[in-house]
Amino acid sequence: MRRRDALKGGLVLLATSTLASIYKPAYSKTLVGGSGAWKAQPPPPLSVVDSSRLVYLTQDEAKLVGTVFDVLIPADELGMGATEAGCVTFLDHQLAGPFGSAAKDYKLGPVVEGTPQQGPQSIATPAEIYRKGLAELNTVTRKKFDKAFPDLSEDQKVAFLEGMEAGTIQFETVKAKDFFTLLLQNVREGYLADPMYGGNRDMVGWKLVGFPGAVYDYRDWIVSKRGKKIDVQPVSLLRTT
Amino acid sequence: MHYKRPKADVVIVGLGWAGSTMAEELTRAGLNVVAIERGAWRDTSTSFPTTRNPDELSGSIRKDILQAPVTETYTVRNRPGETALPLRKYHNLTLGNNVGGAGTHWAGASWRWQSFDHQPYSRVMERYGAKQLVDGLILQDWGASYHDLEPFYDRFEKIAGTSGTAGVINGVKQPGGNPFEDSRTSPYPTPALERTRANILFSEATTRMGYSPFPVPSAMIGGPYTNALGINLAPCTYCGYCQLYGCGNWSKSSPNICILPVLMQRPNFTVVTESEVVRINTTADKKMATGVTFVDSDGNIGEQPADIVITATFTLDNTRLLLLSGISTPYDVNTGQGVVGRAFTFQTLSWAFMFFENEYLNPFMNTGALATQIDDFNGDNFDHTGLGFIGGAGIQSLCNQGLPIGMSGLVPEGSPRWGKGWKKAFQKSYQNYAQIQGQGTNFAHREQFMDLDPTYKDRFGQPLLRITYDYNENDRRSGRFIRDKCVEIAKEMGAREIKGVSLADDPYSGYTPWDSSHVQGGVVMGEDPRTSVQNRYQQNWDVPNLFVIGASSFPNNAGYNPTVAVGATTLWTAKAIKDLYLKNPGPLVRL
Repeated sequence: MRRRDALKGGLVLLATSTLASIYKPAYSKTLVGGSGAWKAQPPPPLSVVDSSRLVYLTQDEAKLVGTVFDVLIPADELGMGATEAGCVTFLDHQLAGPFGSAAKDYKLGPVVEGTPQQGPQSIATPAEIYRKGLAELNTVTRKKFDKAFPDLSEDQKVAFLEGMEAGTIQFETVKAKDFFTLLLQNVREGYLADPMYGGNRDMVGWKLVGFPGAVYDYRDWIVSKRGKKIDVQPVSLLRTT
Repeated sequence: MHYKRPKADVVIVGLGWAGSTMAEELTRAGLNVVAIERGAWRDTSTSFPTTRNPDELSGSIRKDILQAPVTETYTVRNRPGETALPLRKYHNLTLGNNVGGAGTHWAGASWRWQSFDHQPYSRVMERYGAKQLVDGLILQDWGASYHDLEPFYDRFEKIAGTSGTAGVINGVKQPGGNPFEDSRTSPYPTPALERTRANILFSEATTRMGYSPFPVPSAMIGGPYTNALGINLAPCTYCGYCQLYGCGNWSKSSPNICILPVLMQRPNFTVVTESEVVRINTTADKKMATGVTFVDSDGNIGEQPADIVITATFTLDNTRLLLLSGISTPYDVNTGQGVVGRAFTFQTLSWAFMFFENEYLNPFMNTGALATQIDDFNGDNFDHTGLGFIGGAGIQSLCNQGLPIGMSGLVPEGSPRWGKGWKKAFQKSYQNYAQIQGQGTNFAHREQFMDLDPTYKDRFGQPLLRITYDYNENDRRSGRFIRDKCVEIAKEMGAREIKGVSLADDPYSGYTPWDSSHVQGGVVMGEDPRTSVQNRYQQNWDVPNLFVIGASSFPNNAGYNPTVAVGATTLWTAKAIKDLYLKNPGPLVRL
């Protein structure tokens, strides 16, 4: 029976396993004033992701995406490159979680392309896009240069990614331009998010721009440091280095 | 399982700012009130402590606090005749997903709207005549004036602890405030926040240009304050985790800190959480509402009977709920008849993006509403003769972002977006970027409306709401006019690089960067049942025990943010229910 058919005839909650997994244990509560029984469910404690093993990407995928990330954010005198900063670990964990499965997107059909104003209509998930896109990346460079992406010269890597960004290089299984957008978004996130997510090692991204990190009180500085350089050692929610 | 809860005096759908403000008033009057809320219970110490709140990834990037499109979304098209498609990913409308609603994660700009905004039709006719209106524009008065609403604006500010510098008190202009504001009966409860370097550059420039800069009134509380309900609020710390975050400091006004602590002490108040209302029930003749039907998170279907039904959901969902319930006449774009879904408005935004040289703007010290504004080109504060539009914008130096992922794309045009060149450009831009926002009025048009989508359904199989919207000529003209003003000010501020943009120059999209999250109308209040769903008390013309509250009642959008106007109109309606309706249940306005 098609899903839509199951809905006819009234208000039937789609208590499918998909929905259940998104909403975790969420049970409606009746909270009566004066009863004191109204406390929020504490969220799980924060933790640092385990960088010792991969949770979604294969070893080969991790290595390949690291090569791409290091072109997007290379090591230089301003700080370490993306891979050294942990951006691949960051991505791996993001792809294994709700971001990777696009758990919050509306995915019911019909799925059709619309005007640019109507926004993305694809229901492909980031996890799927990476899997297909990384597989095809080497296929396309082999066709074009007779080499896998990591074996290209630096100039060739840059030119190839510029082609993906501009839409002049096409992939078959994913839109190369959308894949590039995702790569750039995720590498920036990894470089600049709290280190507990696996990237931004030693808060390198925060030091690059002078962002103090997980600080929640600037009353001291709002006037005294107005317009002035602040030399600050950033702080993470969990890591201090 | 189907079940029926005990009958209540009042059921309120949605416990955001409007719902909790209303619940506080009605429970204080002794009524037995039950609120049904789609989201879960959240409180500051458990849900948003400062030990986990300052986290950009889960906050403004992954938007964990928002209601997700998988739960409910909207379909959108630019004009009638096109096929609407769903907003599949997070988009610019930022819906709440918890007790407190969007009032938990809002940015916090806390405006009283001007008398012009409440009576735009009368004002335009009086000053310019009908020739000022572009073809198809819908313009109408609310039926409640600024004068009517002033005591309720005053009360809401004292619940919220709003910070700001008064411009006009009892008719007397005050130094440092907004000279264009309508007269207030008292100053802001807490003083204005400190200014940033960018704010000061803007202030100095606009003063030289002959304008009148003032601090934007804000939900970021300007000092220790005990609010009208006896709750102690704390001063803002400028941490910058405001918009799309719950405040961990008890210093951003929200239902969670300003109202719920008191409401939850009252035995005549109950909230049923994680339960979505899917229909307002009525008698067979649709003359009276009998309660609501909801689905709880276990999939059970519940019914909450009540003598009075108040819906206080997100603006657009108020319209959807009436359409799903078959209450009042849906708007028909072909005939121009019908009222539900009509008079839908958005916001007209213009910007000047600026890059300075060798500044330390320290953008991370900010708040969601840390802004200095001029109102010289807002509403009807200037002569529009010959300009071909009505309305305008509040033009402000807005310091609301300093988080690095969000700023990683803010490099001057032509700079590399990645590679070593990007690192260098980003390092410099982070300290040198500033912005001027023109937050503009937006007026309704006969081809901008909402109805039920014929194809796409929500998780319960009910039709999604369909939005048909594009900017109209009035908004395009005002947007360009304001953009040019923003650019002139940016030049006077001494920015090295300036880019001016009027978002209304491109077709509307729910994904346009830098766009607003404000939507209004669809269930508007007014003076005539042919052009409004509700009378001046936000009481349904057809179903007198149904009140739909929130920005859905506003037939036009101001060059301001809507929250405090929502609070004021909610308190105005609460008073009408307590003082008029309860004594004599029935229509409060007879034609």
